[in-house]
Amino acid sequence: MTPAPGVWTITRRSLAKDLRLEWRSKDAINSMLFFALLVVVIFSFGFDPTAEESRRIAGGLLWVAILFATVVALNQTWTRELRNQALDAYRLSPAPPQALFLSKTLGNFLFVAILELLMAPLFVVFYNLRPVGPLWQLLVVAVLSTWALVVNGTFFAALSIRTRSREIMLPLILFPISIPALLAMVDATTSILTGESSPAFWIRLLAVYDLVFTTVCLVLFESVLNAE
Amino acid sequence: MKLLFRLLVACTVLLLAYGFCQAIFIAPREATMGDVQRIFYYHVPSAWVAFLCFFVNFLASCWYLMRRGSNADALALASAEVGIAFCSIVLITGPIWARPVWGIWWTWDARLTTTLVLWLIYVSYLVLRHYATGGQVPVLAAALGIFGFVDVPIVYMAIRWFRTQHPQPVIGGGEGSGLDHRMAVALLWNLAAFTMLALVYLIVRYRQALKAREIEEAHAQAALDLEEAR
Repeated sequence: MTPAPGVWTITRRSLAKDLRLEWRSKDAINSMLFFALLVVVIFSFGFDPTAEESRRIAGGLLWVAILFATVVALNQTWTRELRNQALDAYRLSPAPPQALFLSKTLGNFLFVAILELLMAPLFVVFYNLRPVGPLWQLLVVAVLSTWALVVNGTFFAALSIRTRSREIMLPLILFPISIPALLAMVDATTSILTGESSPAFWIRLLAVYDLVFTTVCLVLFESVLNAE
Repeated sequence: MKLLFRLLVACTVLLLAYGFCQAIFIAPREATMGDVQRIFYYHVPSAWVAFLCFFVNFLASCWYLMRRGSNADALALASAEVGIAFCSIVLITGPIWARPVWGIWWTWDARLTTTLVLWLIYVSYLVLRHYATGGQVPVLAAALGIFGFVDVPIVYMAIRWFRTQHPQPVIGGGEGSGLDHRMAVALLWNLAAFTMLALVYLIVRYRQALKAREIEEAHAQAALDLEEAR
């Protein structure tokens, strides 16, 4: 008898399966990209900023656009598993629920990271951005913020598939909890773009937020997955 | 049990009346703010009760996830609803007080914004409870209740860094703080009265939630029996 695969093996395989599915269908990434593009274009009609102003507001616009687009991707995370009762099959298997959660979160993290990589140049073009502060810090902020959105988002998507009108439910429960993270990511980005203040506090806050909520998600996921 | 509850209600009404006398007639007029400051005797106790209720909700949510009693779930529901009611009072009395004193209705200051975010989180909690279906409601709600409570200190830290205008804690807030003796007495009476009031609401709502569950189960049982009789 072969020994049971560990958490990491299951996580890796489940992630590989999700990525392969996404690579073949491109459901999440396409709708997410197009949605984010629409938001950016509509924002630029709504505000008509000068270069100086756009540096101040771009952080907010960028993260709000990404937040909305993330919700589009998150809604598709678990619906895929509902077909053919795949989620029920997973619950019956002895595989640890945390592995499933981690693989879904990592998958969403990758999708949103790709979205950000494609959106950032677009923002620079549309809003004539010329950042003043150190750019490498932006990378740290992006990684921490994306994880903050995605870890809670994946968890709440698992909550909201159990409800009526699930697509509406996700933003309703995700946005209030995410307010401090959103505040931190917007302010960190703005302070890097304008170079006026240090983003150190916000980066630390994001790190704490990530740590706390990743722990809470991993602890509570099992009971949510098995809720009947 | 019934007698005890009636006694509790009577005590609460008496306390509320006494607290009202203290706040409106006995406590001195505030030197700079004038009579509008008397809203303080309702604003602060409401805030205290709201936070207390959300804490009870957190405890009940943890208890439910560990032990799975329907009592814990009923308590979580009751405390969230009562908490939101008092939180709304805080959010309404705040601007009424702020307008004449600060000259503005609202400011994005740490305590105000934290209270608002708290209110939003627990409203989303009730929305989830409303939209979730069947027997999974308590588990999903308990998970969200824990998330909401864990979020509060982070929200507070974030917004405190953002900016602060709300006065520093008046009682025990260090140098230059402190209330007139009569004001403190009025505040304490009202704190006691509001805590009792919240307790009464909690008990009523908790019993209601349990009864509602019983009725639901009885309906389900009746439907099953009917099915069998055929």
